[in-house]
Amino acid sequence: MMSHPTDDGLVADLFPPASNDDATDRRVRLAERAAAEGLLDVAYRTIDSPVGPLLLAVTDAGLVRVAFEREGHDTVLGELADAVSPRVLQSGRRTDDVARQLHEYFDGRRRMFDVAVDLRLISGFRRTVVSHLADIAYGTTASYAMLATLAGNPAAVRAAASACSHNPIPVVIPCHRVIRSDGSVGQYLGGTDAKVALLALESAA
Amino acid sequence: MLMGMQPFDEVVTEHGPMVLRVCRALLGPTDADDAWSDTFIAALRAYPELRPDSNVRGWLATIAHRKAIDILRRAQRSPTPLHPLPEVAAQPSAGAVLDDGLRVALDRLPAKQQRAVTYRYLADLAYADVAELLECSEAAARRSASDGIANLRSQMKPTSREEF
Repeated sequence: MMSHPTDDGLVADLFPPASNDDATDRRVRLAERAAAEGLLDVAYRTIDSPVGPLLLAVTDAGLVRVAFEREGHDTVLGELADAVSPRVLQSGRRTDDVARQLHEYFDGRRRMFDVAVDLRLISGFRRTVVSHLADIAYGTTASYAMLATLAGNPAAVRAAASACSHNPIPVVIPCHRVIRSDGSVGQYLGGTDAKVALLALESAA
Repeated sequence: MLMGMQPFDEVVTEHGPMVLRVCRALLGPTDADDAWSDTFIAALRAYPELRPDSNVRGWLATIAHRKAIDILRRAQRSPTPLHPLPEVAAQPSAGAVLDDGLRVALDRLPAKQQRAVTYRYLADLAYADVAELLECSEAAARRSASDGIANLRSQMKPTSREEF
């Protein structure tokens, strides 16, 4: 009669434990193959920056999300899986261009971003407001009231402020350049310190 | 907010080592890497349609086993092996690369025993999950796995360097 093992230890000599050597290479090749086969819907990476680690997420249409660490990068990836597609993979290649431009920006060597953006995460008036943020030039600021006017509805100051706080692509779309009418910096998704740091960077360059 | 699916990247992080282990049970390191990649590409393709209550680990173990068998059969059909076996058997301590003799022995197992051993001992699935994948009772799954192990041991005995 055969013995029936009940303990994994009995087969440890046959099957050594799992190892994960070369895991990075394997995953890089997987992401490249997925992209080539049209299966990479959301490519992401994180970069270091003076305002902390930033998550960058890119779709076929362009940059869809920039997220600060305090938002919780895992949470943001989960939201992207729901809102865009669960086919989410880390990919250097698809995010290289925006990462390079952000590094140049943080070094003070870039004033405008030249990347396609995908605004699918917002709609309606918010989207209108966010698309007008790029009208505010590097190194300058505007009030929420001015932004509301730019977006075509001067009375919608609160809605304009709300749109800024829901900007899915901060830094690249410069919601940090919108401040309160009294000159105080106001709220920011990345925290007030990050907003102050970005404004200081732009006024120094 | 509706709780949706896990980003696929997390699935790769969580189950990547298990899939590699299953692939390496039947294939040498290079072919196992190809099978690993085949497994996750196939999984990625089907992932958006996967039912939210699915057993992702069991699902991946099944795909991995199937992809490894595909590569193994292709290699066995081709006149020259895709990747010749190394002359010196890899040492298990070098990272879950199975002894060539063990891979051959595993390949020789009856299909159900092979799957039971793979799912239970390489994919670390519970017997309840193994039974579901094999579409048999839990007791039958246990029997197949233990018969498979006994079968492996008897195949390995003549060439073993020391007593198991």
